[in-house]
Amino acid sequence: MTALVEIRDVSKAYVRGRQSVEVLHHISLDIRQGDFLALMGPSGSGKTTLLNLIGGLDSPTSGNISVGGKRIDQLGGTALAKWRAANVGFIFQFYNLLPMLSAQKNVEVPLLLTKLSAAERRRNAAIALTLVHLADRAHHKPNELSGGQQQRVAIARAIVSDPTLLVCDEPTGDLDRQSAEEVLGLLQVLNREHGKTIVMVTHDPKAADHATHTLHLEKGNLVEQAA
Amino acid sequence: MKYLQLVWAALARRKTRTVLTILSVLVAFLLFGLLDGVRAAFNAGGTLAGVDRMVVSSRFSIIQPLPESLVARVRATPGVRRTTWANWFGGYYREPKNQLIIFAVAPGYFDVYPDYGVGKPMLEAFERTRTGVLVGASLAKRFGWKVGDKLPVMGSIFPNKATGETTWQFDIVGIYTAPSAKSRALEQQVLLHWKYFDEANAYGSGDVGWIIVQVADPQRSAEVAQAIDALSANSDHETKTQTEQEFNLSFAKQVGDIGLIVTAIIGAVFFTLMLLTGNTMAQAVRERIPELATLKTLGFTDRGVLGLVFLESVLLIVTGGTLGLVLASILTPIVSAASGGMLELPPIGLASWLTGFALMVAVGAIVGVLPALRAKRLRIVDALAGR
Ligand SMILES: Nc1ncnc2c1ncn2[C@@H]1O[C@H](COP(=O)(O)OP(=O)(O)OP(=O)(O)O)[C@@H](O)[C@H]1O
Ligand SMILES: [Mg+2]
Repeated sequence: MTALVEIRDVSKAYVRGRQSVEVLHHISLDIRQGDFLALMGPSGSGKTTLLNLIGGLDSPTSGNISVGGKRIDQLGGTALAKWRAANVGFIFQFYNLLPMLSAQKNVEVPLLLTKLSAAERRRNAAIALTLVHLADRAHHKPNELSGGQQQRVAIARAIVSDPTLLVCDEPTGDLDRQSAEEVLGLLQVLNREHGKTIVMVTHDPKAADHATHTLHLEKGNLVEQAA
Repeated sequence: MKYLQLVWAALARRKTRTVLTILSVLVAFLLFGLLDGVRAAFNAGGTLAGVDRMVVSSRFSIIQPLPESLVARVRATPGVRRTTWANWFGGYYREPKNQLIIFAVAPGYFDVYPDYGVGKPMLEAFERTRTGVLVGASLAKRFGWKVGDKLPVMGSIFPNKATGETTWQFDIVGIYTAPSAKSRALEQQVLLHWKYFDEANAYGSGDVGWIIVQVADPQRSAEVAQAIDALSANSDHETKTQTEQEFNLSFAKQVGDIGLIVTAIIGAVFFTLMLLTGNTMAQAVRERIPELATLKTLGFTDRGVLGLVFLESVLLIVTGGTLGLVLASILTPIVSAASGGMLELPPIGLASWLTGFALMVAVGAIVGVLPALRAKRLRIVDALAGR
């Protein structure tokens, strides 16, 4: 299988005041279609930075990134936003749901950017919520749901426009063991049965066990997996 | 307009704050609605075409009198059907706060002004009594006057020739009721004989305050006005012939440029409103940074997020402003009616609505621009990391 994500010689430096600090150093990496990759490493090693580059939330200082054959490192802000809407689903540690909207409406938000009618948006969101076993909570607001349930709403939102790639930044970092297992189980189903390619940052070795591959970052470099 | 649900959600986030903001916008636009008609009335020129009554007064100042001899010449002008004239007689009843609108009116005044509803018997009674006055029903009711009562008036300009004092004693010979709601304001007046006034006041005689002209053909009013003003061109009493509305306003204009005063008040109110709502919008965006970053993550463009915040600001102002104008149009006739013709607020016309809406959008845009730009510039990775 060919690589879905191709990262070639990517460096990322943040400019703080007059100083420029490089936090990723010449990284090269292929992620194949259908992979479930766990990205581990100590705090500050650059995991989130790399994930944001893969998800098109930020652009590298140098090097190439292509996803599905498309160079995303060269896209401008608007083009990148449109690309994200069509190709990537995001799942964050703290769910990042919109507090005023019900679960159903939260899941519909990405569909506002599509040409779907209101009825189609409702239907697709309902299907996504069913997939994460939350059809009965569709009309609850985020603060009426548990952390695990909120994260599952976030997963429904991430998959509702059917992206090929899911990026998850410590999706279980704020959850108890049981909720974490539910979320990881769901990601596994999405990977195995729905063919989603997943990149997941995690500190938790048990979470990494659900992945098909694990990579370690240290001080901005990819290191060979410890045996 | 599917994005509107996001805007409503943002406004619903802090309900109390949104309601209070809308209320302050409402009050500002209520004031705007009540005052804009006044401002427009004072700034409007008024057109002669189509009016059948015009007022001839001194070109320089409405308090400068015209010679009585001019009346006959005006009457002889082609196109003039009737003329009459009147003088201002300032005064109060018992206490200075009871200022009265008193006019000394010439014979034939009520032929030109059927609006007073003074019938034949009342007119005869008036003509029989040299010191007689007619008073409006609203005014009579306010002070409890009846026909046959003596009416003592403290004149504020004209002393009585006989006594040398400014105290005058009139006899109420009739109380008139305006036949239509439109002319209810006339019921606030006291009318006395011009002839008596002219003979009895200590300052000059033969002075006419203003001449009222009824034209034969309203379509030719402008022409007739020109011909009348030509009579006194280059004399020491040049005239200006104008609509009654303009003439009435020139009384109020003596106080100062009312239009300018009203505009200044509205300006100050809106300046305050913009500071207030501008601060509210800035705060609303500040506390929603993570949500705006999430929207961007999901694929909303920078410009899209800018539009959402902008729309939120405009919607906030338009909601409050529309409610304010609606309230103003409900209150205008009520206030006018309750004042018994003392305060005639013009109804909120199309022009006020249009100006109002333009103002709402403008205020919303001005207030929204900085928060919207902030939302636009927001960098996702920084916002997600809480930086
Ligand atoms: N926007 C930024 N501006 C400046 N420096 C940044 C920025 N984002 C990250 N950094 C720095 O880059 C380095 C890598 O940060 P990153 O968030 O990628 O680490 P991480 O591996 O995700 O850590 P953690 O496990 O704590 O989430 C850190 O030293 C961080 O301080
Ligand atoms: Mg991180």
